[in-house]
Amino acid sequence: MSSNKIKWSSWPLLVPALALLAGILLVPLADTFIRSVSAPGTYTNLLTDGVTMTVLWRTVVTAATVTVAALLIGYPYAYLMTRVSPRARGILLVIVLIPFWTSVMARNFAWIIILQDGGPVQSLFAFFGAEDVVLYGSTAGVTIAMTQVMLPFMVLPLFSTLGGIDRRLLLAARGLGSSPTAAFWKVFWPLSRGGVMAGVILVFTLSLGFYVTPALLGSPQESLVAQLLAQRTTLLLDFAAAGALGMVVLVVTLVLVAWANRMGGTVSAIGVVAASPPKDR
Amino acid sequence: MTMTPDTTAKATGPSTGTPSGTEIRLDRVTKDYGLAAPAVDDISLTIEPGEFMTLLGPSGSGKTTTLNLIAGFETLTAGSIALNGTDVSDVPPHRRNLGMLFQNYALFPHLTVAQNVAYPLRERKVGKREIARKVAEVLELVQLTGRDDNHPSQLSGGQQQRVALARAIVFEPEALLLDEPLGALDRNLRSALQTEIRRIHREVGSTFVFVTHDQEEAMNLSDRIALFNNGRIEQVGTPQQLYAEPETLFTAKFLGDSNVFELGEAALDANVAWDGESWVIDPATVAAHPGVRASSAVVVRPEDVEVAGGRDDVPAGANAVRATVRDVEYMGSYRTLLLAMGERGLPGRTRVSPLQGEYAIGDDLVAWWRPQAQRIVAA
Repeated sequence: MSSNKIKWSSWPLLVPALALLAGILLVPLADTFIRSVSAPGTYTNLLTDGVTMTVLWRTVVTAATVTVAALLIGYPYAYLMTRVSPRARGILLVIVLIPFWTSVMARNFAWIIILQDGGPVQSLFAFFGAEDVVLYGSTAGVTIAMTQVMLPFMVLPLFSTLGGIDRRLLLAARGLGSSPTAAFWKVFWPLSRGGVMAGVILVFTLSLGFYVTPALLGSPQESLVAQLLAQRTTLLLDFAAAGALGMVVLVVTLVLVAWANRMGGTVSAIGVVAASPPKDR
Repeated sequence: MTMTPDTTAKATGPSTGTPSGTEIRLDRVTKDYGLAAPAVDDISLTIEPGEFMTLLGPSGSGKTTTLNLIAGFETLTAGSIALNGTDVSDVPPHRRNLGMLFQNYALFPHLTVAQNVAYPLRERKVGKREIARKVAEVLELVQLTGRDDNHPSQLSGGQQQRVALARAIVFEPEALLLDEPLGALDRNLRSALQTEIRRIHREVGSTFVFVTHDQEEAMNLSDRIALFNNGRIEQVGTPQQLYAEPETLFTAKFLGDSNVFELGEAALDANVAWDGESWVIDPATVAAHPGVRASSAVVVRPEDVEVAGGRDDVPAGANAVRATVRDVEYMGSYRTLLLAMGERGLPGRTRVSPLQGEYAIGDDLVAWWRPQAQRIVAA
């Protein structure tokens, strides 16, 4: 991709997109930033009010848990997709995409029904003797539902990366003395890292700012950053504090993306990975 | 990673001196994927220690499947494979200690040249300094010293295949299996790498099993060739044997050009009429082929077919037939005449040197050859 030089004459094609970006991203972002620093003490309040840091930490932990869970479920699934017949692959792909195409609200209300008190999940746990499992209104319930919502963002980049790995490399590794397990960890896994990174970044950053699921399935006592932001903008009308919090989340996200890029995954504008092995120039 | 003690010892042992090659014995090997015909059908073949054996054949003839069976990438349907007398039929590929070279090189793109070459040594738990020494040694052998820190994508196809070769021999495997390793390279590079593979075979002295569909490559490289056809071995022998003494029509046609004349019912008498011409068969040739059937054919190589202006120029006892030149192909050092032979106008080829004069389309002449130059083969 980097080898394709863009001709100067094609730059005008970017003008509409750049104008749009400036209008709906750069200007509001600058505005938010200026508001956040114009009021005194907004950033120090974030650190000292005792609530924000707790919520931020809870959000990071929840997002990380969702990311790990999505990776543990998504990687074997994407791997399976690369190994089956084209027909079966199509079916597996549709299974991933149907929830993706379904309204997020519909899915979250479905999760409410599944997880609510007296719902099927609680009954199942009760059947096995765990009577006091509460998922609705807890961080655990939010994590479960968010994992399901986020799964396509993990599976799709992984599938595109895993499908591009030359299977003969595994044969070569076997021939050179690797057991199947060793061949996977020493050859397949490193080559899939670009896709893993893309999926991890997508799921983690989306989870950091996710609002609907925590708002519907969580509780105000265990709120996440997005809820806090909504509260500060719509209820408290404290735009400076909300802007500061938004800036902190943005910085956390950008740091993470930068770190992931260093780790070998190249996240393109649409968030799909160009999984290329590291090359020195 | 578990290794049998003897292979670990072999990998870590001193590399001075020529390692003795490994005998590979295939005994009634069959691989059946459940299709119309087995991919490999009851093959028995013994590859001698240190031998350069080529499995030659058209695509789909079973040669690559056979190589994968030796490597352990495929499981046997029937039969057994033994390395130096030890049955390895149920041994997984990573415990067979065989080097393998693939057509697409199969270098690990996330590792450098040195890391690629070190890979099999790492898997065998060889010490760091020993690895460094062996990697440097083998990169020198394949003439890639100084490219240690390059990634495969920075190398040309020929260089990549030499890295793959280094990686496949650095752990002193029992044998080296080469699956059309030169197939992706252009003609000049192929010929250079052929020379290099021959040299490395001489220097490391281990058993090489080479798969190709290119008969010239097979003739050029091999000690012996096993010619595959439809999952079976058609003939095994030195390149000279396969070329000069083909046992079947398939062998005669696959290796080099041939003139093929199908024999009629009465052809096996020493002296029979053929197409209106005198037809002499060397009695020794007939005696050597007791099983020749009426459906057999006579094969004569183009370079053994001579041309003469008339009957009087043909030596006594030779087979001769009137022929018309249909086309002349200029091949540089020689010319190929495409002939229509005899009353039936059977297609034939002969080679003539420019010294023999010029020939034009439509020239009438006499084509002749000595009975000793022709082979009787099963059709």
